[in-house]
Amino acid sequence: MSLTAVLLLGAFHGLNPAMGWLFAVARGLQERSRDRMLQALPIIALGHLASVGLVALVAGVTGSMVTGTALAFGSGVLLVGFGLWRLLSRRHFRWVGMRLSLPQLAAWSFLMSSAHGAGLMLLPMLVSPGAHHHGNAGLTVTLLHTLAMFVTAGVIAIIVYESAGLRILRVAWINLDRIWAIALIGAGVFTIAAYTIT
Amino acid sequence: MLPIMTLWKPDPTFYPSPRDAAAAPQETRAYVAAFDRSGRRPDALAVLDTESGEVIGWTDLPNTGDELHHFGWNACSSALCPSAPHPHIERRYLIVPGLRSSRIHVYDTKDRISPELVKVIEPEELGERAGYSRPHTVHCGPEGIYVSALGGYGQEGPGGIAILDHTKFEVLGRWEVDRGPQYLAYDFWWHINHDVLVTSEWGTPSMIENGVVGELLLGRKYGHKLHFWDLRKRRHVQEVDLGDQYQMVLELRPAHDPTKTYGFAGVVTSVEDLSASVWMWHQENGRWAVRKVIDIPAEPAPAELLPDVLKPFGAVPPLVTDIALSVDDRFLYVSAWGTGEIKQFDVSDPFAPVETGSLRIGGIVGRRPHPSEPGLPLAGGPQMVEVSRDGSRVYLTNSLYGAWDDQFYPDGVGAWAAKIHTADFTFDQRFFPHGDDFRGLRPHQVRLQGGDASSDSYCYP
Repeated sequence: MSLTAVLLLGAFHGLNPAMGWLFAVARGLQERSRDRMLQALPIIALGHLASVGLVALVAGVTGSMVTGTALAFGSGVLLVGFGLWRLLSRRHFRWVGMRLSLPQLAAWSFLMSSAHGAGLMLLPMLVSPGAHHHGNAGLTVTLLHTLAMFVTAGVIAIIVYESAGLRILRVAWINLDRIWAIALIGAGVFTIAAYTIT
Repeated sequence: MLPIMTLWKPDPTFYPSPRDAAAAPQETRAYVAAFDRSGRRPDALAVLDTESGEVIGWTDLPNTGDELHHFGWNACSSALCPSAPHPHIERRYLIVPGLRSSRIHVYDTKDRISPELVKVIEPEELGERAGYSRPHTVHCGPEGIYVSALGGYGQEGPGGIAILDHTKFEVLGRWEVDRGPQYLAYDFWWHINHDVLVTSEWGTPSMIENGVVGELLLGRKYGHKLHFWDLRKRRHVQEVDLGDQYQMVLELRPAHDPTKTYGFAGVVTSVEDLSASVWMWHQENGRWAVRKVIDIPAEPAPAELLPDVLKPFGAVPPLVTDIALSVDDRFLYVSAWGTGEIKQFDVSDPFAPVETGSLRIGGIVGRRPHPSEPGLPLAGGPQMVEVSRDGSRVYLTNSLYGAWDDQFYPDGVGAWAAKIHTADFTFDQRFFPHGDDFRGLRPHQVRLQGGDASSDSYCYP
């Protein structure tokens, strides 16, 4: 169940235009070059990986120093707090500039994913009781999540670039950020509740 | 407190590409900035029905003496850009600067015909935070709302660009990090996908607020340069001098196609022969270059028909005070406020515009009427020009700038707006709000509901 959740979350991030596939398509369209688009996708995934991996790393290190209950509580509070902030704040991620080198694009993706709290949603899985028994849980979760994100973003980018066109944005770009914020809060509450009950 | 402006779907007036925007539905309303020259009554935003030309809404400003000029939207299609996407914001607020008062007003247009004031940014906030006064052009872009300003705060210059955030409408500060040699300011826009910003030059407050100053004009002291900037680093990159005979480089119209790096700039007059011109900027071996692509000569006229300011010259200067580029980058509209003419050019090849249409109305000497009222001679000329997103309709108003109206049309500039159908390039017979329709105020910039050819930038070709 946990694995499915990790993959689905990756797919959700891949689906979100703001997380990178749209930037890849824009790069391609700007120079009428599919290669330029395809080149951007792994770079964007790399930035995402770094962002999610950082959260996993911090969770892992923290988990080795505090009790499972404390970690779960801390994670839950963090999730609820971040989710509330995303829900109520009207600020959005700003990066001025469209002409990015590939390292800049990776940095953009890292910052965008981090501002989004992409890795935070993995906390419930990383701090679940089962996770302690696997030393590499954090790494596995990070890689699988990013792979799902990369595949989803790649498929969408190619479909949009090759056939669907960007007009689809006007109808299909639902406010995923708001859904995401609510999901973060829900996951936080769930994480706290799970430990309070057991 | 401003309402939270988060939508579930992107604002329907945002379009990814100019091609998509050109397929937008026809506009139904036009917002027109109207100002009282005497400064005794408040300026106003008039709302026109674009079909009938009737004034269907009206909102007085809270103060007097603002001199409304240009204005713009809080958000536009650039919200879809992938670098900082925020498409669930609404295009609903008009950002309306007072060019003389330096107050910036925020008007809500949602669910109402007459806009409603929601905020006033006082001159002190603009001055203390950004160091500017006399706010002018408004564009929505990657860092929020950009507002150009002609003057410094408490001093003549330099003029420049201030940044406002697009949710609370607070002045965030001065945009420029390194302004290089730039001192004069007026209009600006960008090539958003190339991280390039372009600015133009008019004059400082003392050079314009009491009318055009003859000695300064003949001394070639008004602006005659374009400036190119790094939009991301906020640094001056290059200045391009058109030549100091070309006085007052005003409106900038970059190509809407984000893959292109050319645009057009209008020059009011040449002091050598009173001609007006349109220039095209483009890149050449990595540097910016300009080329004069349209030249409109002055028209000789007997001195007794001319206002004092022109009597010594015996000619009417065309005075190109505004230009507009259709969203598909095919047609450029050029208004000659002095001779009372609006010209249409096919600019499919931007290096070689071809004149495809011309209409005469008003004019310093011509005083030509609108076809719907052939017996009514008109003062003023085509001045602000705006093109609908689909390129089928062009809207004109007749006032330039208070003090300058009085010099060139000393017996009164009047007040009128007109609409042109571009397919056959003829005036719409129904659309002709004029005279008392504007309640004694002078109409200036027109903004079309949902966006127009000078309101939005696009990140996708």
